[in-house]
Amino acid sequence: MSDQSDDAAADGGQDETEARAELLDLLCENARYSTDDLARMTGLDAAEVEDVIADLESAGVVQGYAAVVDWERAESVTEAEHVHALVELNVELDRETGYEDIADRLAQFPEVQALRLVSGNYDFALEVEEASMSKVSRFISEKVAPVPEITQTVTHYVMDTYKEAGHRFEETGDDDRLSVTP
Amino acid sequence: MSLDEAEGEDGGGEDGESEAPLVPSQRVQNTPPSGIRRFFELAEEMDDVISLGVGEPDFTAPWTAREAAIASLERGQTSYTANRGMRELRERIAEDAERWDLSYDADEEVIVTAGASEAIDAAFRALVDPGDTVAVAQPCYVSYEPGVRFAGGEVLPVPTRAADEFKLTPDVLRDAGAEDADLLVYCFPNNPTGATMSVEELAPVAEFCKANDIGVLSDEIYADLTYEGDHASIAALPGMRERTVVFNGFSKAYAMTGLRLGYALGPAGAIEAINRVHQYAMLSAPTTAQYAAIEALESCADEVAEMRRQYDRRRQFVLSRFEEMGVECFEATGAFYVFPEVPDPWTDAETFAEDLLEAESVAMVPGDAFGAGGGGHLRASYATGLDDLKEAMDRLERFVEDAD
Repeated sequence: MSDQSDDAAADGGQDETEARAELLDLLCENARYSTDDLARMTGLDAAEVEDVIADLESAGVVQGYAAVVDWERAESVTEAEHVHALVELNVELDRETGYEDIADRLAQFPEVQALRLVSGNYDFALEVEEASMSKVSRFISEKVAPVPEITQTVTHYVMDTYKEAGHRFEETGDDDRLSVTP
Repeated sequence: MSLDEAEGEDGGGEDGESEAPLVPSQRVQNTPPSGIRRFFELAEEMDDVISLGVGEPDFTAPWTAREAAIASLERGQTSYTANRGMRELRERIAEDAERWDLSYDADEEVIVTAGASEAIDAAFRALVDPGDTVAVAQPCYVSYEPGVRFAGGEVLPVPTRAADEFKLTPDVLRDAGAEDADLLVYCFPNNPTGATMSVEELAPVAEFCKANDIGVLSDEIYADLTYEGDHASIAALPGMRERTVVFNGFSKAYAMTGLRLGYALGPAGAIEAINRVHQYAMLSAPTTAQYAAIEALESCADEVAEMRRQYDRRRQFVLSRFEEMGVECFEATGAFYVFPEVPDPWTDAETFAEDLLEAESVAMVPGDAFGAGGGGHLRASYATGLDDLKEAMDRLERFVEDAD
C-alpha cells in the first residue's frame, strides 16, 4: 500500500471516529433528533447516521434513550407523586464477595435508577425513585439494608432539582434579545 | 450646525417658536435610519415571533470571564483606564493576533474601544477628510456607510456578487470605480452573507490596494467564527501592514455583546489618530469589560471552540434545509448568518420578509438593508437554539410551498 492510500485509510478512520463522537454528543443533547436532522447537522447522509447509531447500540455504547423530566412540574400535570433519593452505601467485602456481586444484587431492584461505585467516604452511590418517601424508606430498610455486606446506609431525599443530565430546569427559555439587530 | 448658529439664523429667536433651534445637521439628515429599524418595529409588535434576525450570540459569556468582571468590581476597579486600554489587555490582544500572523506592538499599535463599532467609527473620523472617498464592500454591516458620512466622507458602494460568492475581487473593485478610493472598508467573515475570504483570495485585493494606494479598514469581528479553512487577515500580506487597520472584539466569539469591548490593530500613526478621536469621545473602554476580556483571552478558548462547534452544526442544518426546500442559498462559511435568495414568486426581499413575518411569525431581515448587492436576498441568523431553528425552517417551508 502506498503512503497516499495509508493516509486515506487513516483519514477514513478519523472521519468515522469523529462521526461517532459527534453523533454521541448530539444524542446526549437530544435523543429525539430525527435521523434527517442529525444528517443535516453533521453533513453525513441519513443512511450513514443510521449505520453509526446502530453500531453504537450494538457495541453497547448507547444503552438506551430516556427523557429528562422535571418531576416537580410533572406532578402538576400527572398528579403522580415522585420522590428521588440519593443513598450512600458502605459495604464490607469478604473473600467470597466482591463489589460486583453486591452491585448485581442491588441493580436488579426496579426502584434503583442508578448505581455507581465511587471513591471517597462511602462505596456505592445509589439513586432511588419511588412514589412516596415512605416507599423509599421501606425499600431501603427492607431490601437494601438487609444485604449482608452492607454496613451502613445514609439516605438523602432530593428537595429540588435544578439541573439534570445537562439540562437546566428553568421557568422559561425566553429569548430576551432584540428580535432584529444589525 | 451648532445651537448658537441655529439661534443666529433664527434672527435672535424672533421666530424661535416656528422653527426649532435643534436642527439636525445635514450629515444626519442625509443619513437614512437603519434599514433594519422598520423591520425591527414590525417584529416587535408581534407575539411569538421566531427571530432569525438577531445578530448576536444566544450563548452567555464564559463564566470565568464574567467572574473576572465581578471580581474587578469587588476590588473596586471602577476608574478610567489608560485611553488605549489596560496595558495587560493590549498585550494579550497582541499575543492573540499572532494566531492570524499579525504582529503588533502593544504600546503603540493596539487600541481598546467600546466595541468594534466604536473603533470603526473612530477610524472613519480619524482617517477620513471631507470629500475623501471610502469604498464600502457591500452587502455589509449597516454602520459603515453612515460612519463614513458622519465623518464627511463620500461613500463608494462596491457591490459584491452572488456569482463571486460575495467575495471581494479586483474586478468587483474596478467595476465600482474603486481605483480612486482613499480607503476600502470590508468585513470578512461577512455580516450578512456569511462569506469568508482565504489568503489566496485576499492577495489580489491587496495588490489592487497597493497599486492604487488605498488604505484598508478590515473588520474581522467574526474571525473566530470561520468554519472551513482558517481565517486570514489582509494585514498579514506583504506590504499591507502599513496600510491596514484591523478591527476585532469580544462580542461575537466570546458572546460578550453587552460588555461593549472591541479593538483596533494598525500602524502607530493610524492608531494614534484613532486614539485621539477615542480619547475625546470615550476616554476609555469600560473597565469592568476589560477585566473580563483579559480573562476571556487567557482561559476561554475551550468555550469559544464549543460555541463555534454549535454554530457549525446549526449552519449545516440550515443550509441543508434551504437546499431541501429548493431555496437557493449561498454556502456560507463564516459568521452566523446565511444569505438565501428570495424564493419565487416573490421578487422583492422586503415584501417577502413582511409576508413571512405576518403569515408565519418568522423574522428574516431583507438583504437590501445591508446595501448594494443585498437586494433579492434575506439574512437569516442561526445564532438561535436548534429547536427554534427547526421550527422556523418548518414554517418557512410551509410558507414557500403554500405560495406555489
